[in-house]
Amino acid sequence: MYLASSRAADSGGPATGSTALRWRRVSGNVVALGLVSLVTDISSEMVTAILPLYLVLGLGLNPLQFGLLDGLYAGATAVLRLVGGYAADRWHRLKTVAGVGYGLSAICKLGLILAGSSVAGIGAVLAVDRAGKGIRTAPRDALISLSSKPETLGRSFGVHRALDTAGAFLGPLVAMGVLWVSLGDYGSVFVTSFCIACFGVLLLVVAVRDKVRTHRASGIPLRAMFALLGGRSFRRMCGWAALLGLVTITDSFVYLALQRRWDISSTLFPLLPLGTTGVFLLLAVPLGRIADRFGRWRVFVGGHLALVICLVLVCGPVGGPLSIIGALALHGIFYAATDGVLPAAAGPLLPEDLRASGLALLQTGQALARMASAVLFGLAWTLWDLGPSLVVTAGLLVVVTIAAAVVKPWEARG
Amino acid sequence: MKKVLIALAGFAVFAGVAVTYVVSARGDGPAENAVPVVTGQSMALDGRSLYFRNVAKGPDFGKLAAVPRTAPTAARKVGDLRCDRYAVARGTGVCLSVKQGSLPPVTDLLVLGPDQAVRHRETLPGTPSRARVSSDGKIVYWTLFVSGDSYSATGFSTRSGLYEVQTGQLVKTIEELAVFISGRRYFARDANFWGITFGADGNRFYATLGSKGKTYLIETDYKRYRGEAILENVECPSLSPDGKRIAFKQKVSDGVWRLAVVDLASRTVTQLAETRSVDDQPLWRDDSTILYALRRDGDASDVWSVPANGAGTPTLLIPDASSPAYG
Repeated sequence: MYLASSRAADSGGPATGSTALRWRRVSGNVVALGLVSLVTDISSEMVTAILPLYLVLGLGLNPLQFGLLDGLYAGATAVLRLVGGYAADRWHRLKTVAGVGYGLSAICKLGLILAGSSVAGIGAVLAVDRAGKGIRTAPRDALISLSSKPETLGRSFGVHRALDTAGAFLGPLVAMGVLWVSLGDYGSVFVTSFCIACFGVLLLVVAVRDKVRTHRASGIPLRAMFALLGGRSFRRMCGWAALLGLVTITDSFVYLALQRRWDISSTLFPLLPLGTTGVFLLLAVPLGRIADRFGRWRVFVGGHLALVICLVLVCGPVGGPLSIIGALALHGIFYAATDGVLPAAAGPLLPEDLRASGLALLQTGQALARMASAVLFGLAWTLWDLGPSLVVTAGLLVVVTIAAAVVKPWEARG
Repeated sequence: MKKVLIALAGFAVFAGVAVTYVVSARGDGPAENAVPVVTGQSMALDGRSLYFRNVAKGPDFGKLAAVPRTAPTAARKVGDLRCDRYAVARGTGVCLSVKQGSLPPVTDLLVLGPDQAVRHRETLPGTPSRARVSSDGKIVYWTLFVSGDSYSATGFSTRSGLYEVQTGQLVKTIEELAVFISGRRYFARDANFWGITFGADGNRFYATLGSKGKTYLIETDYKRYRGEAILENVECPSLSPDGKRIAFKQKVSDGVWRLAVVDLASRTVTQLAETRSVDDQPLWRDDSTILYALRRDGDASDVWSVPANGAGTPTLLIPDASSPAYG
């Protein structure tokens, strides 16, 4: 029922015509949102990259202390994601709510200078930064979803995630450049990051069009958001996403496991995530297109199979550098096949005027499940050591993935 | 068209602000030293100097400096060596210096001879935290903060390692140390080690183990490579010259530490007269006095001295200094 109504509404959307060039087959709005993400990610990743240096050498803080603050925020962000999604739908203002999220994070870059060497101050600033990220995610994904034709959603999210990742790649490089030019002045990095973030907000304001949606007669009550879970397909999708999230090993454990297994030099250790994001960057668009053609559900499940093979490589009998490269590539494939594909798959199941809320629900469930998975895996590692924990995780993941493939819960179109 | 113009104008404004700030930050450093400094000195160990990191604002900020032990407030001599952390004993020095512009941060570990010439160089990931040399000058050891190990973007962990000067043996991290707490082998994925201090025999050493919100003092047999937790809430230990006591920082509350000394035989803990929060590995000047760096107004720092028996009052030894060391 949702499917039919949302498709009908979408057909009036501004997707480019079939005569357009092949590469232009993604709506201009999606490209604009992708560029906003790219610019914002440059800004935020440059700060992330220098933060350890700044805290330890610049301020002489004891970062262990500081690291403790960190865990507290993850939960709060999940709740704010729901708030952002609901607010965007409630006032029919996807762009505004996303803009508030982007703006908050931009201001935080200056906040880091103002906070000086106060641990509480820096902690508060980073909390607001995350709050901004939490608030903007759901309305932004809803905008991408509503700006695309239903049959090219996977491609649209692929393009967005690729641009987003490109920004994350550039961030540390920009930070390094600024540190080099400013002769090691951390304030310069924060100010540059602030300016880049402001430019991102400006891009959002001028280049991104909000989707004017048919207003409901009355405002949307909060329970409409949770009533979405009454829709069978969507509820199943949330359930599977959360269940898969629960048996998914989180990134840092994959890298730590690789490091332990091959005794990777700690100088090279930070390069491991670059391997994953590199593959993600390359494959986000192709896999999005494959998802559109052969079914987002299949690609999403297939992504988890890639993760299983990755885990088998990590704990399997074959050594050698090829296994590391293979494992990182598979880890990147897992991301490319799941990160943008899930919201793409969810879009058509959600009515237009509740799309941000629905995506927020879905992604929050997934994020909370992954958090729980990280805690459980850490526990297993402590109790059984690394090898057995990996084998058990891979086993559980295989079972849930196969179940998800067989039960085939949600996708109406093949 | 209008939108493109707005975007371009906005880009120009923001780029302009950023460039102006960066350029002005370049010229920001003071051209003159805030305290009297004698530059271009040989920093060879002479047995009469107190060494430290000069953190007085000016062109010689961050350089290794020296003053006569008998006149710590005299004009400081500086050479060319820049160190974020420095320590020295028996003709062996260690200098930790973060590589400018390296992301993720990488630290140069320099092992120095009596003439302060580099005898060995090692590049390790992380940012400098602690450095010491064993009292016989045969082992140098350090702690670096490393990011990327942990489970969140801003999480950190520590990595402590050591290097045997004569044999050239390098232990990049002592994380594989077999640790026993209450007689049971301890495993935890969040185990971190920091602040090593060696005994005079070059075998027994102490370090901090941090895990699950607790910190332990670990007493270790280096040859057997196994350690045992002997005390809780002891960080950055520093063994006294007579080997009987350990000075350390004790956590009072989050982000607040106090200096204390524990007698190893009786386990009696004495809090020192310094009541301000100290985040440093203490240094024994002799069996009765302890030196430490104390942060002031954010990122400035001074070296202070306080009696090791809990009596007396702290004295300001060298303003604008950190990493005190006797060579």
